[in-house]
Amino acid sequence: MILKSVVLLLFTCVAALVQAQTPDTAPDVMVKTIANEVLQIIRSDKDLQAGNNKKVVELIEAKVLPHFNFMRMTQLAVGRDWRSATPAQQKQLADEFHTLLVRTYAKALTEYKNQTIEFKPFKMNAADSDVKVRSQVVQSGGKPIPLDYYLEKLATGWKVYDIEVDGISLVVNYRESFAAEVRAGGIDGLIKSLQGKNRSGAGGEKK
Amino acid sequence: MLTDKMAKRTMTRSLAALALAALLAGGCASTGNPKDPLEGFNRAMFAFNDDLDKIVIKPAAKGYAAVVPELVQHGVHNFFANIGDIFIAVNDALQGKVPDAINDVGRVLVNTTLGVLGLRDVATELGVEKHEEDFGQTLGAWGVGEGAYIVLPFFGSRTIRDSFGLALDLHFDPVSNMNPIPDRNTLIVTRVLSDRTQLFAAEKILDEAALDRYSYVRNAYLQRRRNQVFDGNPPRHRDEDE
Repeated sequence: MILKSVVLLLFTCVAALVQAQTPDTAPDVMVKTIANEVLQIIRSDKDLQAGNNKKVVELIEAKVLPHFNFMRMTQLAVGRDWRSATPAQQKQLADEFHTLLVRTYAKALTEYKNQTIEFKPFKMNAADSDVKVRSQVVQSGGKPIPLDYYLEKLATGWKVYDIEVDGISLVVNYRESFAAEVRAGGIDGLIKSLQGKNRSGAGGEKK
Repeated sequence: MLTDKMAKRTMTRSLAALALAALLAGGCASTGNPKDPLEGFNRAMFAFNDDLDKIVIKPAAKGYAAVVPELVQHGVHNFFANIGDIFIAVNDALQGKVPDAINDVGRVLVNTTLGVLGLRDVATELGVEKHEEDFGQTLGAWGVGEGAYIVLPFFGSRTIRDSFGLALDLHFDPVSNMNPIPDRNTLIVTRVLSDRTQLFAAEKILDEAALDRYSYVRNAYLQRRRNQVFDGNPPRHRDEDE
């Protein structure tokens, strides 16, 4: 059950974001459009259906990632230690975290391509700059799994900085293992662990 | 029957004893999560469960998924989900969530009749949503603190509170209480396999995502349970370390 949530967490990110919209696009409309577009592409493309990893990664890079604020996500995942990292280290961290998430999403997308996503009614004040867009993944014989996107308004438009699946925050979930890595080997130790993880080969087993 | 009751009592008792033992065991090396003072013990148990899964449960579940037609698998899944709804309704009521309780009793009635003994989840098709409640959440709703995180053999992630909740869940579980025993055992095994097949996709993604599987699963469990106890609206604390 819990594994399932973790997975959905990732999957959904994908579902989250596509194609540069104008900075004025409402956050819920943006998330909805991207989610639908990505799922449609996956369902109608044989290579993607078959789990062509490279193609899925490309799709995510092109459609989804422009709508994520990776610096903010990495900062939230690293937590307290972020401040002690140099700008160069911060950039490295964000790059590695980016790769890790993309690979994970690619996996999640191919595993969960047939799920149905429903969006919940959304309301916000015109002045809001930090909002939550709620959706859920519907499944037979199970409770719908909540899938929430947190977005902030930047000059370039709304950007996602966290995703929660069934109450599990993607960024918070990494915080403790990142902190443990930093305690053991400093910021560079964490960077090295991420690089090692990312290098372990697409579809690589654990560790 | 007598022996069955005794077996159940023993199980409940040993779960409680285990939780206590873990409480007293004290902490070892840790990633520093204050919720996890038993990290040394827990990691060992996590590895044990992993091995048990790798050697016995996962291969069996793969066999199940390969042999049983998909339609039947769905039916089996729905059948157990329907049985689960009975005590979900009870837990709704215990938490004072009357509309949810009515909703869930309705689900059982609809699925047991129109859904042919629960094989089909007609209620969801009609828009009557399933909920997820258990005695651990009820204890949480009543204000019982979660206590330390603990990895139980076979059952996996829990907190001390949720371990007591689990003991209650098992005590009242209609499947575990069934007679005759051989049928009960068949149902229990089937349920384990059916539940395990639900995790095939998730575990692949977990392997891809986690730097340290143990702490990834622990944090996910704690976050998720907290969210459940607050019915989806826990006080947020994402930014506290920023």
